[in-house]
Amino acid sequence: MKKAGKLSKTTKNDLITYGMVILAYVIVQLLVSTGHVSSLIQGLLVPFCTYAIVAVALNLTVGILGELSLGHAGFMCVGAFASAVFSLAFKQTMPGGPRFLIALLIGAASAALVGFLVGIPVLRLKGDYLAIVTLAFGEIIKNIINALYLGVDSRGVHFTMKDALSLNMEENGLVLIKGAQGVTGTPNDSNFTVGIVLLLITLVIVLNFIHSRTGRAVMAIRDNRIAAESIGINVTKYKLIAFTLSASLAGVAGVLYAHNLSTLNALPKNFGYNMSILILVFVVLGGIGNIRGSIIAAVLLTLLPEVLRGLSDYRMLIYAIVLIAMMIFNWSPNAIFFRKRLRQRLTAGRKTEKEEA
Amino acid sequence: MALLETKNLGISFGGLRAVNAFDISIEKGQLYGLIGPNGAGKTTIFNLLTGVYRPDEGAILLDGVNLTGKKTIEICRAGIARTFQNIRLFGDLSVLDNVKAGLHNHYQYSTFEGVFRLPRYFKTEREMNGRASELLRVFGLEEYAEYKAENLPYGQQRKLEIARAMATSPKLLLLDEPAAGMNPNETKELMDTIRFVRDHFDMTILLIEHDMKLVAGICEKLTVLNFGEVLAQGDTQEVLNNPEVITAYLGE
Amino acid sequence: MSFAAHLINGISLGSVYALIALGYTMVYGIAKMLNFAHGDVIMIGGYAVFVGVSNLGMNPLAAIVVSMAVCTVLGVTIERVAYRPLRGASPLAVLITAIGVSYLLQNIALLVFGSDTKAFTNVVTLPNLELFDGQLVIKSVTIVTVIVSVIIMIGLTLFVKKTKIGRAMTAVSEDKGAAQLMGINVNGTIAVTFAIGSSLAAIAGVLLCSAYPSLTPYTGSMPGIKAFVAAVFGGIGSIPGAFIGGILLGVIENLSKAYISSQLSDAIVFSILIIVLLVKPTGLLGRQIQEKV
Repeated sequence: MKKAGKLSKTTKNDLITYGMVILAYVIVQLLVSTGHVSSLIQGLLVPFCTYAIVAVALNLTVGILGELSLGHAGFMCVGAFASAVFSLAFKQTMPGGPRFLIALLIGAASAALVGFLVGIPVLRLKGDYLAIVTLAFGEIIKNIINALYLGVDSRGVHFTMKDALSLNMEENGLVLIKGAQGVTGTPNDSNFTVGIVLLLITLVIVLNFIHSRTGRAVMAIRDNRIAAESIGINVTKYKLIAFTLSASLAGVAGVLYAHNLSTLNALPKNFGYNMSILILVFVVLGGIGNIRGSIIAAVLLTLLPEVLRGLSDYRMLIYAIVLIAMMIFNWSPNAIFFRKRLRQRLTAGRKTEKEEA
Repeated sequence: MALLETKNLGISFGGLRAVNAFDISIEKGQLYGLIGPNGAGKTTIFNLLTGVYRPDEGAILLDGVNLTGKKTIEICRAGIARTFQNIRLFGDLSVLDNVKAGLHNHYQYSTFEGVFRLPRYFKTEREMNGRASELLRVFGLEEYAEYKAENLPYGQQRKLEIARAMATSPKLLLLDEPAAGMNPNETKELMDTIRFVRDHFDMTILLIEHDMKLVAGICEKLTVLNFGEVLAQGDTQEVLNNPEVITAYLGE
Repeated sequence: MSFAAHLINGISLGSVYALIALGYTMVYGIAKMLNFAHGDVIMIGGYAVFVGVSNLGMNPLAAIVVSMAVCTVLGVTIERVAYRPLRGASPLAVLITAIGVSYLLQNIALLVFGSDTKAFTNVVTLPNLELFDGQLVIKSVTIVTVIVSVIIMIGLTLFVKKTKIGRAMTAVSEDKGAAQLMGINVNGTIAVTFAIGSSLAAIAGVLLCSAYPSLTPYTGSMPGIKAFVAAVFGGIGSIPGAFIGGILLGVIENLSKAYISSQLSDAIVFSILIIVLLVKPTGLLGRQIQEKV
């Protein structure tokens, strides 16, 4: 029996993660107030949070659900555009606080909805197919948003896939999405504090999810689908819950992203599959299934290229090599066998020491 | 009335008749053995009983309820639990969590309550921990509760799989070659465990096994399967002395 | 006439997809892995020819042979260094590694050749075919691409069916363990598969860059992904399937560019992948495989 009052290992682990984020926040705020942070780094504070959130979100899919999504940039894109459109439309008529809160909910909900709709067909597929189809969905989302024109005037909401003129707007109407030019003039409602709060909320949701009945069912499916079914776990339902939650949190990252920039475009570099792969790099380098690692990797890999400008040409090359090396080291059957042997030998050594003592 | 009854169960894969006209009747509390040469269709029958395959014809009745054509999870809820020939644990989860996963349908709280840690989360988790620890104690696995399941020794993994199946509170437990890969000592221990499960939980058990010592030692009734058809059925000793059975096993 | 022109352009693009898809489907069918880096091997093949012709002044045909050699060595090296250690690991790990390799090749190309677009000289110097008094022009590169892809498709089919190595490949794709027991060198067979797939990638690279004469480190990635879509469309693992899937995909892409929207053509292509996987997950010519319990 565990002693009452003593924290379990997992709870302790979670608290360390929260503590790490809060401590980082306090230190950064202190450094900023004493003028020790360059404007370059200050400009990176919100992106740190954005990428940390989306990395945690993807880790929920890759590490906990055990499926590879290459479409998370797409969900981020949905969250970003949905929330930016709302904030722009109500820029003059609502105070910043409540407006951002509603934008956040809209961003999370629309990404969740798209995640749910994408998830229904996609989660029936396995492994490689699932990865490539999520990639396809991510590209479709990006393509559609790039071709979309959306405006609002006194007669209501207009949209078209052709051009701004085809919107048939009244004189005083407001064009919200201008096709490939995206959304301009989104109120700058996010800052570092907001980012950290959102990151903490994301962490609470994900970590509590993992240690709940639902999370256990999801991980059981990951480890052995057939056995999970045999003990009465509804595979489709729990996969869909995890995937939808993951998409919705990627949407939250999108909201943060959109409200940190005045112009929002769906470019290949911010919402294309290369972005999805970069998020995957965060997750893999931080450790698949390791939530804290995702945050650290996301921050470090966003920070490094900016600090080491001279190395920027080599940075992607280094990521790629590290990614391959990590995968082989962590997943190669030979490496796993070797580590097991090593561990056994170490524990055996310890045992004999004890016996001798 | 029998607890499990199948009538004229059959399935084909392509042109191959894997199981044909399979009838079995298992009384409550019985320890029933299903034996036969490799490829006789034993595991196929387990897969039919647990809804992994849908039978082409015939019916499955558990406690008088028709389970024919039902999905795996519905059959689990109706009260059939199983283990697998090649162990299928949740390797990355702790031993305790493996059993708690088995309790999934008996202790409920919503995802929302879990994510935001509302009171019902704490209450239910406490109950689940209690029940799961109790099961682990029964199977002598409590000291491993925090181990990752994949790090357990082989024999303990087999036991954990049975414990997880028992966590679903089944009426009928199906064991698929529980002694496969075990040494004589482990097999003996396993026989004690199976007998204990039957007595302690008042469980009905159907098991597939190749180890004749185990079968002769604990099964009260036997069905022998050969090429998808029932070759012999009845009390263990009678069946094992049946010349046809001996031929099927040893050849002419 | 414009419909015919769009159709022919589609077939031209489609036969490039078909060539790439053949490489995908070979590797997927036999090694059971999605070689995400296949598209980037194509890009390297394109650069090899570019360097050979533009910088070293080689004869285009000689440059193509060199490019095939480069890609073959590259493909076999990738398999040996990155994929073989992961044989038997989870498919997720293999796929992520393949993505890493794709990333690596792109960034090596970026460092060596820079990010600027290289103007690729068309290596097909035959005259164009003019029909209906010049109303319909079929570029010679289109004709060559179609012919080459048909020849390769037929050649590969015969190779897999008739040769010893080809039959070994089929055996490995069915059951690695059993193939090994029958004395087949599984690692060797998979290496040969990668060698063939990668040399095809070199040819695909040359034809892709001849038809669409611009070369950047990212040239291979989108056609690579679309060719995978084509392979899935046709039924992954099936050689004729990859060919048919490639042609159909190229035609659909070009027609939707012409008649629906050029911005949405990629979205349409990817929608096809999704529809195919939902309606007939095994593709047009694929086979069903069931998981054993």
